Order: sequence, then C-alpha cells, then structure tokens
Amino acid sequence: MPNSASDGVPCDLAVVGAGPAGLAAAVTAADLGLRVALLDAGERPGGQYYRRPAPALGAARPEVLHHDWAAFASREAALRAHASAGRITHLPLHHVWTVVPAGAELLLHAVAGPEEEAVAVRARAVLLATGAFERNLPFPGWTLPGVIGAGGAQAMLKGGLVLPGRRIVVAGSGPLLLAVAGSLAAAGATVPAVVEAAAYTAYAGRLPALLRNPGKLGEAATYGGALLRHGIRLLTRHAVTEAHGSDRVEAVTVARLDRQWRPVPGTARRVPCDAVAVGHGLVPQLELATGLGCATRLGADGAVALEVDARQRTSVPGVWSAGETGGIGGARLALVEGEIAAHTIAGRAAPAVLVRRRARLRAFAGAMGAAHRPGAGWPGWLREDTEVCRCEEVPAGRIREAVRDLGARDARTVKLLTRAGMGWCQGRMCGPAVAALAGRDPDPDRRPLSCPVPLRRLAELPAEES
Amino acid sequence: MLRGPARSPRDLVGGAPRATYVLRFDGRELPASAGQSIAAALWGAGVLAWRTTRENGAPRGVFCGIGSCHDCLVTVNGRPNRRACLTPARPGDTVTTQEGTGRAELGV
Ligand code: FES
Repeated sequence: MPNSASDGVPCDLAVVGAGPAGLAAAVTAADLGLRVALLDAGERPGGQYYRRPAPALGAARPEVLHHDWAAFASREAALRAHASAGRITHLPLHHVWTVVPAGAELLLHAVAGPEEEAVAVRARAVLLATGAFERNLPFPGWTLPGVIGAGGAQAMLKGGLVLPGRRIVVAGSGPLLLAVAGSLAAAGATVPAVVEAAAYTAYAGRLPALLRNPGKLGEAATYGGALLRHGIRLLTRHAVTEAHGSDRVEAVTVARLDRQWRPVPGTARRVPCDAVAVGHGLVPQLELATGLGCATRLGADGAVALEVDARQRTSVPGVWSAGETGGIGGARLALVEGEIAAHTIAGRAAPAVLVRRRARLRAFAGAMGAAHRPGAGWPGWLREDTEVCRCEEVPAGRIREAVRDLGARDARTVKLLTRAGMGWCQGRMCGPAVAALAGRDPDPDRRPLSCPVPLRRLAELPAEES
Repeated sequence: MLRGPARSPRDLVGGAPRATYVLRFDGRELPASAGQSIAAALWGAGVLAWRTTRENGAPRGVFCGIGSCHDCLVTVNGRPNRRACLTPARPGDTVTTQEGTGRAELGV
C-alpha cells in the first residue's frame, strides 16, 4: 500500500497514455534529460492503434496487423532502454482517474492493476495523450449481438485474434473503415461491402491538403489495394439503416443517402451477413482535461477537442496535449505532436521539420474530418422505438418527446428527463447522438471520474482535494 | 503491412498459443487460449451474447471491445458485472449468462 498516495512519486513530466502520442513524447522527453513517468491503462504500450495479442497467444507475426510498425517498434525499444536506465518510470495497467493542482505541481491519482491499488504521481508538467474512442450513431437493430463497433472489431482481432463472424459488413464513416475491412478480410472474413456515408468526392475540394500528404495518398492506395484484392465493394453515400435478426444479426438494410445523410426512399436493399462492424469516426477522450478546466473547441469533424497552442499547451498552465485529444488526426500526427510537446516541456524550440510536418498532417486531418462529419439528416434512419442509449435502453421516441414536449434543449436536460447517458458507460456511447437529437452540438465531456474507482479510494483522498 | 488472404486470424499471424484451456459457459465446455479475454474466447467459440438487459431482457455481448461500453458484462465464477472484453480467461473459469443486474440472488 503506497503511503505516498498524497505525496506522489516525483518527476518532471507525467504522460497519461502510452499510445503513439504519449510514447513518442515520453521517449523524446527522456532523450532531452527529463525524468518521466508514463502511466497507461493498457498492459503494453501502443494504445488502441498498436494493440497487440498478449504474448501468451504466441503470435509469430503480430506486425502483419499493423501499419507503420517500424515507427512504433523503434520507440518501444527506446522506452525499454530509458526504463532500464531509470529515466522513464513506465506504469502499465494504471488508470488515472483525476489530476489536481498541488502547489506549483500537479498530482495524478491512479488505480493500479486488478487489486486497484492507489498510486499517485507528482509532476511539474502533465501531458494528456488519452486518445479517443469511437463515435457511434444508432440505427434500428444496432443493439443486436453481432453488431459491434468497427474499432471494437479491430481491437478484438488485434488483441484476441478472433472474428465476430464469417461475413461482416463494415459500415459508418471515416478512413478507419477501410483499415478495418482490410484487416478483417486479411484474417479470413468475407466483407460483402464497406458502406460509407460520406462521399469521397468531398475530398476533391481539398486537393491541396491531399497533395501535400503523399504519405496519406500512399496509405489510401494500400487500403484501396486491399479492398480490390479481397473483392470488397466500397459503397459511398450509403448507410446501414437497419440490422435484422432476433438473437443475432442475420442481415442489414443498406440505403442510399442524400447529401444530408437522409436515406433516399426506394433505395433500400438487404445484405445477408452474420456481423456488422460500424463506426462513425472517433471522438477525443477529454475527461481528465475538462476536469482540470482545459478549454475546448469544436473541430471540423463535429467533435469537441482541446484547444492547443503551437507548443501543444492547453489553456491550463503545466498541462500539455498531444495526439487525438487535440483533434482526431491519426497516428503519424500523434507521433509528431508528442515529440513537439516533449521539446517545449524541456524548454526548447521544437525542430522546424516537426512543426512543418504537423502543419501538413493537420491540414489533411481537417479535410478528412470535414468530409466525414455526420450529415444533419442521419436521425432520419431512427424509428421511435430505436434504442439510442444502450445502457438504459432509452428509445429515440422518448428523447424526441423530451425535446419536443418537455422543452429539453441540450443533452444534459435530456439525460435528466429520460436517463439517456446515465448508465454504465456514462454517455460515452450515446452522447453524440443524444446531442444531435436535442438539436445541439455536443458538449465537452464532463464526468467526475474518468474510469470506475472503488469508493474506498475516494474516501482516502485528503479533504482539500476533493 | 496487411497480407492475405488467410483463413483465420491465427493463420495470419502464425505461431501457437502457450497453452489452451477449457472454459465452462452455461454448462458447455469451450476452448480458450492463454492470453485471450473471456470475450475473445467466447467469440472464438462462436458465442456472441452472454447477457440480457435489465429492461427488455435483450441479448448483448461485445460492442466497443475496449472496456468503455459495459455491454459485455458477464458473471465469472459467481461474480457478476465483469467486463468480458477486459477480463482474462483463466483455466477452469465458469462463465454464466448474466441476467438483468446479475444480482438476482440478492432479491433486489
Ligand atoms: S465490449 Fe464494451 S466494455 Fe466490453
């Protein structure tokens, strides 16, 4: 039992999250001479993007499931070297649940491992690299077993080497769908179609951003090649508007969409399948940041992200952000931002080459986010009885009633009137959809705790912090 | 980089698990590999649902796959409300479909 819970392990920089951004930042900061603590909820570094099978699964070639593996492998090796030299304290399986100011420093509280030990870390600077989770828009039948998040399908494949079925429709919006379809097919699934709600012609108006990113074009070509090789059809401006089945999904209805993402009448057809992997992009995970009072902004993709300056600083002194917390931009941007943050935390100017690369990758991310931002007409595929909140089983009709008849104007009021967003996931799954039904842009995440914490750990906190 | 086509995820990544186990699920014996979560072991055996909801009694299983949605709650060795996607499968585990809150025996 660490009695240091209120003092905290001291370091110069505490990094939360060991995905691409956090890993790159920790390694670079240690290269520059800082004492670093790297706290991560995962067992091994890599985050969701570089999720790997557990060693006991004995995968001989885990890298075949990944893009840009070398970029990760070199940093993971550097992490190991720094950790054995004592420059980085790597704390895996640590869930940071709050960060509080402590004099001139910041104190991070975490629960560690299956026994949920209390651990605290004290740092001059904190870098939030907590990444993102998937945005999901509901549709009739989306709670049937076999309908899973596209990112979830990817995570189960990369981490557990399993598939949810043999014939898997991939649907939603965003470039992740192409990667997911490619990996599912490579792992032996049949993918009858990738159903993409946006039109890729939306990129046409963004040609400059595309042309400045030849790497991204190459990536697109890789995905495109994988689709061709596996005979996967890409249907753009289409959506899965219903999943059918009783105990599990047996088929989906696919319909054409207009520019607003409204289903076009008369275009529906049925596609048999035994699983659906669906996702509508990613949303930054911000609880720790909003708990600290960091300023947010609405991104081109319609999601709330942290306001970050040229040095990757948030609006709160001592708190930096890198990667998806500052807006969804992909792993390469996350690596660059992590390195820039590390330089500025060490009190140096970031190398110009990194700054240029960040500008280029951000321009591309902005174009991509705008192209895939959900159209205003998507609630057109909801029926009154379609569950929107999966945890509390709240149907669209009840939410519409709260808005129409009871005057709810935001997700918070809808939540109080209907319980949507009050369940286990605390609105992580339904938040964007509820906000859209309330006719509002999403609010910044505000959850008092960023992960489940045993009550006894809360009770141990010194009174002045709570 | 993606290769393919393979017949299964295992073919794709090659190698072999360090050990295999038996997992009991609702009276059936299912195979599991060391290193898999309970959710992965169930998927591997073709099982997609292991919970029914509190209101409608509807079947549920994995949705997010990473511990955020809580759709995959299950009873493991008598303990309800374990997230199957995060809980490692261990030799001899008994997994049972969780109905409602998983606390029916408490009568609440
Ligand atoms: S599948 Fe979402 S918590 Fe397990």
